[in-house]
Amino acid sequence: MDYELLSRIQFGYTVGFHYIFPPLSIGLGLFLVIMEGTYLKTKNELYHQMTRFWVKIFGLIFALGVASGIVMEFQFGTNWATYSRFVGDVFGSALAAEGIFAFFLESGFLAILLFGWDKVKPRTHFFATIMVAFGAHFSAIWIVVANSWQQTPAGHHIVETANGVRAEIVDFWQVVFNPSFLDRISHVYMGAWQAGAFFVLSVSAFYLLRKKHIDFAKASMKIAIVIALFSSVFQLITGHWSADTVAETQPAKLAAFEGHYPAEAPAGAYLFGWVDEENEDVTGLEIPGLLSFLVHWDTDEPVTGLQAFSKEDRPPVNLVFQSYHIMVSIGMLLIALSVIGIIGWRTGILFTNRKLLWIFVFSVLLPQIANQLGWFSAEVGRQPWIVYGLLRTKDALSVSIGEGHVWLSMALFTFIYILLFILFIYLLNEKIQHGPVETKAKKEGGRS
Amino acid sequence: MSFTFDLNTIWFMLVGVLFIGYAILDGFDLGVGTLHLFTKSDTERRLMINSIGPVWDGNEVWLVTGGGALFAAFPEVYATSFSGFYVAMMFLLVGLIFRAVAIEFRSKQESKTWRQFWDISFSASSIISALLIGVALGNIAWGIPLDSNHEFIGTFWGLLHPYALIVGVTTVALFMMHGAIYVVLKTEGELQSKVRGWINNTIIFFIISYAITTMATLLYVPQMSANIQANPWLFVVPLLNMLAIANIPREIHHRREFRAFLSSCASVLLLLALFGIEMYPNLILSNPVIANSLTIYNAASSQKTLWIMLVIAILGMPLVLAYTSSIYWVFRGKVKLDESSY
Ligand code: HDD
Ligand code: HEM
Ligand code: HEM
Repeated sequence: MDYELLSRIQFGYTVGFHYIFPPLSIGLGLFLVIMEGTYLKTKNELYHQMTRFWVKIFGLIFALGVASGIVMEFQFGTNWATYSRFVGDVFGSALAAEGIFAFFLESGFLAILLFGWDKVKPRTHFFATIMVAFGAHFSAIWIVVANSWQQTPAGHHIVETANGVRAEIVDFWQVVFNPSFLDRISHVYMGAWQAGAFFVLSVSAFYLLRKKHIDFAKASMKIAIVIALFSSVFQLITGHWSADTVAETQPAKLAAFEGHYPAEAPAGAYLFGWVDEENEDVTGLEIPGLLSFLVHWDTDEPVTGLQAFSKEDRPPVNLVFQSYHIMVSIGMLLIALSVIGIIGWRTGILFTNRKLLWIFVFSVLLPQIANQLGWFSAEVGRQPWIVYGLLRTKDALSVSIGEGHVWLSMALFTFIYILLFILFIYLLNEKIQHGPVETKAKKEGGRS
Repeated sequence: MSFTFDLNTIWFMLVGVLFIGYAILDGFDLGVGTLHLFTKSDTERRLMINSIGPVWDGNEVWLVTGGGALFAAFPEVYATSFSGFYVAMMFLLVGLIFRAVAIEFRSKQESKTWRQFWDISFSASSIISALLIGVALGNIAWGIPLDSNHEFIGTFWGLLHPYALIVGVTTVALFMMHGAIYVVLKTEGELQSKVRGWINNTIIFFIISYAITTMATLLYVPQMSANIQANPWLFVVPLLNMLAIANIPREIHHRREFRAFLSSCASVLLLLALFGIEMYPNLILSNPVIANSLTIYNAASSQKTLWIMLVIAILGMPLVLAYTSSIYWVFRGKVKLDESSY
């Protein structure tokens, strides 16, 4: 395998591994705020018990997010040195801001969240919970700013320096609010809330199936299903915004999403399909005119297709097509599941119907898969550019290392990530099997 | 050295502040890791881990943010050093990952083998991380081979020369001493008196390796004393450093652990300040072709970015200091094991 491909694979799977955890932290963070807030308001011991249980799970997830995140922070420099020299002026600030504004906040208040139950007043603890949740949301902002900038660069100019060509900042706010940032961050947030909500639904459904911790499970499920419905519906909307922006800013990517080849022609959208990249043809179930309609509100308006781009400017089409379509299908499925969940709650079958509960137990995988595939579509669809239109991926690698280095680091990471993932699942399972602990209410506000 | 107080110099100092913050804070928790295996009973080991329990993650953020600030302010340095030190960086990452999960996982199972495995991981990864950080510093001082595009042209084995290794060992010794004092500060009873007994050994270990480093530096790395030779008043820095180190055994003897800890923080700070003063205005020395060195001017981002970053730092640093100190305040006093402990 060549050096470029190896480096891309390494970046892709290390960041993919990292991205298992942040959506859960962001989603559970929101959930913790709601639960602990409810507890402080109602003084209902059940919510106290819930908060304590989910905080423990949160701690485990967070630790893995931190361990895998450090790799990412270093990897731009280790494997993508030329890229780092090119983007550092613009993009380094976002990474530094993430550290200063978000990571310190998160890690500091996390200590109180996890270990401070007896050390601070309930209200202070609640404040720490809010800060942790806020910090998690905030850190997503900065890293997504950086990513969106390389998708749709803005607010910079290209300068020839003694060290070569690089991008330099002209307008900070244009860099932050680059054309795809708002769409992307809202889509990422909704994806994270879905991840959190379906995670809670899954664990709670499991308890109901086992006839354990019934009250706990029902109360958790009620909060989670509301979040699930809200975020799933908004996910469709924000996804649509994203697609509109892609149509405008990265037409080759949009064409790859739908396997649309003709240079300028009205385009349909596929429910599913397979792209024959040799013959530039797609077989599948197509709704004619839909893509034109979604982009231009007119089924006959032409959409730019892949043939408008020379071969070396096109992303891998089938890969992008498939990841995009599976993400969208999962999105639809999650809307359906949330609606069924809400109806089930109203009619009472949600907590008793075993088939439905089993579906919810496994539903936890869906947002995880969609989150991974979403990034896959966005990032592979951006190829062959690493910074869209400005720097090609093949020109962005480190010069001072080679294939052998990447093989070594891949071997290390593969070994460690497999080990960590197995242990993570094992410990998560233990915690879930162990279940929430009955807490005794104490006089002043149930500190325990 | 001609010292000009401009944006580049401010960023040289700010990045320095972040790395010094990292060395002081993560220094003691890496130090606790290096000592971990010397304690024997399970309760003692839990106390060791829980003494850093609420703070180690926040301490590590100093490194993450230092890395981010380096990326933003001196992208050439970030790119050159991280790719040049590739293999070492990967081992450092492995070390940091194992440390993080060892702390989190260790006490989650009763099994003896489980705990043994994570105890060893915790300790080994702490030692390796400290050593690698030191070796990196040693190389930066000694100089590494760079070409005219600032690309590293040496090998991994070339980075493991004796001088770098000596600095590495000195770093381990420094963190051991710093960590031992921290443990004494945070524990009581049997564990405390046990660790108190180790402090003198760690100090001796540190002073010996420090003396060797200093000699080696004076003999073989003349550029690392040029700035002070040119500006004799700066000699107060190494002088204060010696005093801070000498003060530690005295405070320990009088059982003023907090003051001993402050002294130890001061010596970490002064050591790195010394390092910074001697490096200025270089960030990475190129050896043998000095002309290819990375300095705070040829490695920096544009003035505009440095300004923006300065605003970010001015807004952010007070917040960071505020919550760092409030967390340390909330968790002051001796560690006790309770149900939310590791
Ligand atoms: C700030 C920048 C940034 C951010 C927030 C992300 N990425 Fe990314 N990604 C890159 C910056 C980047 C990159 C450095 O630009 C890469 C490396 C090689 C490339 O072409 O782009 C990349 C490549 C890359 C690839 C390989 C694509 C290819 O080479 O064909 C995948 C699968 C992902 N990323 C996935 C993700 C996931 C799951 C993320 C969510 C956490 C993510 N990316 C966030
Ligand atoms: C390549 C891109 C990324 C880099 C360089 C990166 C870097 C990091 C680092 C260094 C940490 C550990 C911080 C600590 O020590 O406390 C971390 C944790 C975290 N990251 Fe990332 N990250 C990336 C992608 C993302 C994305 C895309 C998101 C969210 C959308 C995200 C959200 C988080 C959150 C919420 C945490 C806290 C730990 C957790 O919740 O699991 N990160 N990241
Ligand atoms: C409901 C239908 C959905 C539509 C129409 C949709 C649309 C899109 C589009 C067009 C992109 C590419 C954006 C770009 O490259 O700039 C994208 C990316 C992404 N999607 Fe979706 N999506 C949907 C559902 C989901 C679901 C259910 C999840 C996860 C739970 C998800 C997670 C993501 C993520 C993480 C990304 C990458 C980040 C980004 O570029 O915004 N999507 N989506």
